[in-house]
Amino acid sequence: MWTFIATEVLFFGGLFLAYFIYRMSYPEAFYNGSRDLSFWKGTLNTAVLLTSSLALALADAFMEQGRRRPFRICLLATAVLGAVFLAVKFSEYREMYERHLVPGMDFPPGVAPATQLFVFLYFVMTGVHALHMLIGIGVMVWLGRLEFRGDIAAGRHAPVQMFGLYWHFVDCVWVFLYPILYLIPHAR
Amino acid sequence: MNDEPDIAAPAPSRTYLDEGTSLRSWLLTTDHKRIGLLYMGTITIFFVLGATAAALMRLQLAFPTADLVTSDSYNRLFTLHGVVMVWFFLIPSIPAVLGNFILPMAIGARDVAFPRLNLASWYIFVGGGLIALYAIAVGGVDTGWTFYTPYSSTYSNGNVMLMAAGIFVAGFSSIATGLNFIVTVHKLRAPRLSWFRLPLFVWAIYATSVILVLATPVLAMTLLLMALERGFGIGIFDPRLGGDPLLFQHLFWFYSHPAVYIMILPGMGVMSEIVSAFSRKTVFGYKVMAFSILSIAGLGFLVWGHHMFVSSQSVYAGAVFSLLSFLVSVPSAIKVFNWIATMHRGSITLSTPMLYALGFLALFTIGGLTGIFLATLAVDVHLHDTYFVIAHFHYIMVGGGVMAYMGGLHYWWPKISGRMYPERLASFAAVVIFAGFNLTFFPQFLLGYLGMPRRYWIYPAQFQTLNAVSSAGAVVLAVGYLLPLGYLSWSFFWGRQAGANPWGATGLEWKTPSPPPVDNFAVTPVVNRPPYDYEPL
Amino acid sequence: MITANKAALAILRIYLMLLALLFATAAAYRLPPGWYSTPISMAAATAKLLLIFYFYMHLGRQKPLVRVFAAAGFVWLAILLVLTATDYMTRGCSF
Repeated sequence: MWTFIATEVLFFGGLFLAYFIYRMSYPEAFYNGSRDLSFWKGTLNTAVLLTSSLALALADAFMEQGRRRPFRICLLATAVLGAVFLAVKFSEYREMYERHLVPGMDFPPGVAPATQLFVFLYFVMTGVHALHMLIGIGVMVWLGRLEFRGDIAAGRHAPVQMFGLYWHFVDCVWVFLYPILYLIPHAR
Repeated sequence: MNDEPDIAAPAPSRTYLDEGTSLRSWLLTTDHKRIGLLYMGTITIFFVLGATAAALMRLQLAFPTADLVTSDSYNRLFTLHGVVMVWFFLIPSIPAVLGNFILPMAIGARDVAFPRLNLASWYIFVGGGLIALYAIAVGGVDTGWTFYTPYSSTYSNGNVMLMAAGIFVAGFSSIATGLNFIVTVHKLRAPRLSWFRLPLFVWAIYATSVILVLATPVLAMTLLLMALERGFGIGIFDPRLGGDPLLFQHLFWFYSHPAVYIMILPGMGVMSEIVSAFSRKTVFGYKVMAFSILSIAGLGFLVWGHHMFVSSQSVYAGAVFSLLSFLVSVPSAIKVFNWIATMHRGSITLSTPMLYALGFLALFTIGGLTGIFLATLAVDVHLHDTYFVIAHFHYIMVGGGVMAYMGGLHYWWPKISGRMYPERLASFAAVVIFAGFNLTFFPQFLLGYLGMPRRYWIYPAQFQTLNAVSSAGAVVLAVGYLLPLGYLSWSFFWGRQAGANPWGATGLEWKTPSPPPVDNFAVTPVVNRPPYDYEPL
Repeated sequence: MITANKAALAILRIYLMLLALLFATAAAYRLPPGWYSTPISMAAATAKLLLIFYFYMHLGRQKPLVRVFAAAGFVWLAILLVLTATDYMTRGCSF
């Protein structure tokens, strides 16, 4: 599973490289692009994801101790928090759509090409991240089913541990996306 | 040989081939041996397709201004050839066919770590392959296998999206296979089979898997960005819109240079097995060989910029990449010298696998040395994008990769099929391939040096002689490849029985009957000896 | 959580540290921007990453081999970033 994480690091790595190069090249445009994003929604979503990681870490711990009820509650909480994250994300996309800040649409006049690059990167990075979240929520449904059927329990809960690695990693990706997308300081 | 019980003794009645003959039993198998054969069939089809495209191109190039194909069809042909040969033949060739079949046996395991993932990776591969075939069938792609932007993302009128999707999907198959092998080597080695008792083939497949896992995702992301740019018209790689096409090249070659090592490293592993078995000597400098495999895999990631010397990459970066590229020649040369030292004073048998190994040695050395020309910043400015480059990488990929694949196939064929191929015909084919290969590609070094650029469908009349020689060589080469296709298929059913260990080779895979039983080993083998424990005849 | 659950408490403690880091990041953004803005936010993100990897993903109690694999992805990412940066950072130079 750690090998898979290494794969994922490089999968997102390509995007981070593109971001890094263009931010160096067009600091002003990226600042302008970042201003169009909602600081509060980004911050809220970071908190939501960190909390979902908390819930999943607790679920993992409870599973190890064989406590099924707390495990179920925590797993459910993780999935719900993931869904909340996606809902906030969706409202953000919707807002961008209403303002025509979506690649493929005609951008409003005055949006520099380099700012369009920022918007494009924003959508690809958050989109790929959101896709990972969706997959994660799907896996949690499956894990829940396994647990109800008694296929996983204390001592044979490798699927929970593996999934934990995945979810926490996806969380870490967001931890970096948050400052680089939402918190670009004004360039001097 | 005498301190271990002969575990091959009780011949089991059922081999992996007897375990059901229905199509269903093959398509739903999780047996690594059967999956290896599934891969073998699939990539053979792709090889024939890619080779046909190459044959058409050589036919067109036999004359300076032939009318066989138009310039546009020619572009589509070389793209087809490149994409199919790189992603659908060479990358899966040794790892997915021989690796799948031999690796678990070579470490004394019953199967790979995740058999179902293994089967899934074949289906993903076939899925990607079908998408790519569809893209070819509905018109093909004219960008070259490198998909350079902004041509691929803005101007090309081929089916770039579909083709990229096919490669994207096939990439996941690579990742799954790599992951599977890494875990297999870590977790499933036989008792007392420590790392430095592993055959070098296992080391090579392991290093290859690491590259697959770490490089392929970057390619996936690169193709995704390229396709999105094409779809949405946002210029992430388009200079008109503030993007930088060189960024695409950086990302692309970060994958595609290591991909070269994905193709050649397993070949080096096969080489060590063959050279040592047919010289009846232990591999010279075993540990150095193992470490040079790892260092080639590592250094392979540091040199991608040498593909971009004449792009507008900064000259300082060019100099850094040039220096790093020279470093790769050190472990490569160590390997070549060690193979020769292994043969020195050995009892050499010139069987078919050994002939392929000797061919590999010669061709890889030429390919490697011409690589040094190309890694030299100033020389590359002259040679870049000429036939010199074509010849160089065909010496490595075909002269190295395919020769090793053929050698490995012949070496392990008795194990795979349980039968021997006709030895004299096979040796003859090996010689034909070697001769045909040199005839095809050596003139291309000269053409490139004289300045003939790659990827043109016509050329000035002064280049005709060399081009005609090259096309004639391609005919010989084609015959050389058709022969094994014929006699290997024949021997699969009607060849003479091979027995467990026809070569008298060491290695755990030879300690079980041929073809192996479903579970590979009746008793889990215990390893008490160093690898390549040969006694001279 | 009524029973004294040491594991759960440890997890909670990490969570509070993560939240504190998030707060620090957000607060730093509200400061007048300066050269320190980006380093602060990136340092905080890296700290969060390390906490999550070390505790939530149990890297702390894994074998060295697993840690090597965990590090490999980042080392290779660094190769990608650094070597590409050598190109971009020296490209403006002319002779």
